[in-house]
Amino acid sequence: MFDLRRLFGGQKGSKTRAKERLQLILVHDRSSLSPELIDLIKSRIIDVLSEFVEIDEKGLAVELEHSEEAAALITNIPIKAVRRNGGMRSARN
Amino acid sequence: MGKAIVITSGKGGVGKTTTTANLGAGLAALGQRVALVDADIGLRNLDLFMGLENRVVYHLVDVVEGRTTWKKALVRDKRLENLVLLPSAQARDKDAVSPRQMQQLVQEIKQEYDFVLLDCPAGIEGGFKNAIAGADQAIVVVNPEVSSVRDADRVIGLLEAEEIGGISLIVNRLKPSMVKRGEMLAIKDIVDLLAIDLLGIVPEDEGIIIASNRGEPISLDQNTKAGQAFRNISRRLLGDDIPFIDWQDDDSFFSRLKKLFGVGS
Ligand SMILES: Nc1ncnc2c1ncn2[C@@H]1O[C@H](COP(=O)(O)OP(=O)(O)OP(=O)(O)O)[C@@H](O)[C@H]1O
Ligand SMILES: [Mg+2]
Repeated sequence: MFDLRRLFGGQKGSKTRAKERLQLILVHDRSSLSPELIDLIKSRIIDVLSEFVEIDEKGLAVELEHSEEAAALITNIPIKAVRRNGGMRSARN
Repeated sequence: MGKAIVITSGKGGVGKTTTTANLGAGLAALGQRVALVDADIGLRNLDLFMGLENRVVYHLVDVVEGRTTWKKALVRDKRLENLVLLPSAQARDKDAVSPRQMQQLVQEIKQEYDFVLLDCPAGIEGGFKNAIAGADQAIVVVNPEVSSVRDADRVIGLLEAEEIGGISLIVNRLKPSMVKRGEMLAIKDIVDLLAIDLLGIVPEDEGIIIASNRGEPISLDQNTKAGQAFRNISRRLLGDDIPFIDWQDDDSFFSRLKKLFGVGS
C-alpha cells in the first residue's frame, strides 16, 4: 500500500525528526541531577541504611546513567559491617 | 497592586525584547498602567524598540546605586500616556545589581502600575536571576526550533524551582508555510513537549523589522499579523478568552484533501 502521508507531504518532513529528537533530549536534560541533589540523596541513603548496616560513607557513589531512551539511578554502597541486631524491627525472625 | 511578569527564553535572539515592547504597548492601549523594565544590563535595547532612546537620562543601575529615584528614571512613552520605561544601563557590568535589589525595586513599581514587564537577558546566569527575582509570573518565548525549545525547557525548570507562579508560553516566528510542508515543529508539538499553557502564537512578520526600524511597537499597527497576535495576547493577559488564530490557513485545498483522507495533524 502506498503511503498517503508521503503523497501529501507533511508528516514525513523534518518536523517529525525535530520532535523525536527533542523528546529524547528533554528526558536527558530533565533527569540530570545537581551536585547538591546527589549529596542530599546520599545522606538520605545513609540515614535509612545505617539502621541495618555500617556504610563506608566515603565510598558511597550515586550516579545517574542514561541510555538511548531511559535513565537509571546507579548506586554503589560499600558496607563495613552488618549490625548484629540489624533489621530486628522489620525482619521476620 | 499590579503584577510583575518576566519575559524570558534562555536562548538569545528569540524575541523577548520584541515581546516586552509589544505587550507593553498592547496592554497600555487597553487602558492598563504599564511599566517596562529593561533588565538586560549592559545591552540596552528596549528603548530602541519603543523609539525612546533620545529620552533616556537615568538608568536601572543609577536607581539601584541611589543616584536617582526610580520615578525620576522613568521615561514616558510618546504615544501612550499610561506607558513608561525604566531603561537599562548600556556598557555597565551586569553584576552591578543583585536579585534582592531587583525584587525591592519591582515591588515598589508594582504599587503604582497594573503591569510591570521585565525584559530578561539571554542565558541563565546572574542577569537572568536578577530579572526573575521580582517576578510573579513568567512568559517564556520560544521559536519553533530544536535549540530554542531545549533552552526553554531548561528555563522552565529554573522558574519552577524559584516557585514563579503562572508560567506561560509564546511561540514566536512561526512560519505557516513551513508548518504546512511538515518542515517546522507545530504548536501542539511544542506545547506537548514543554507542558505549559500556551499564551499566544506570533507569526514571522517582516513588519516587525520595519516597526523596529521606526521605533514603533507593531501591536499599535492595525494591519499586521504580528500586531494582531500581540494585541490578542495582551487581551488574554487581562483574562479575556480570545481564540487562537490558525495561521496555517487550514482551508487550503491540500488540508481539505488531507482531512478527506484522515491524514490530520
Ligand atoms: N515574529 C517575528 N518576525 C520577524 N522578525 C522577528 C520576529 N520576532 C523577532 N524578530 C526579530 O528578531 C530579532 C531579535 O529579536 P529580539 O531582540 O526581540 O530578541 P531577544 O530575545 O530580546 O534577543 P536577546 O536575547 O539578544 O535579548 C530582532 O531583529 C527582531 O526584529
Ligand atoms: Mg533582548
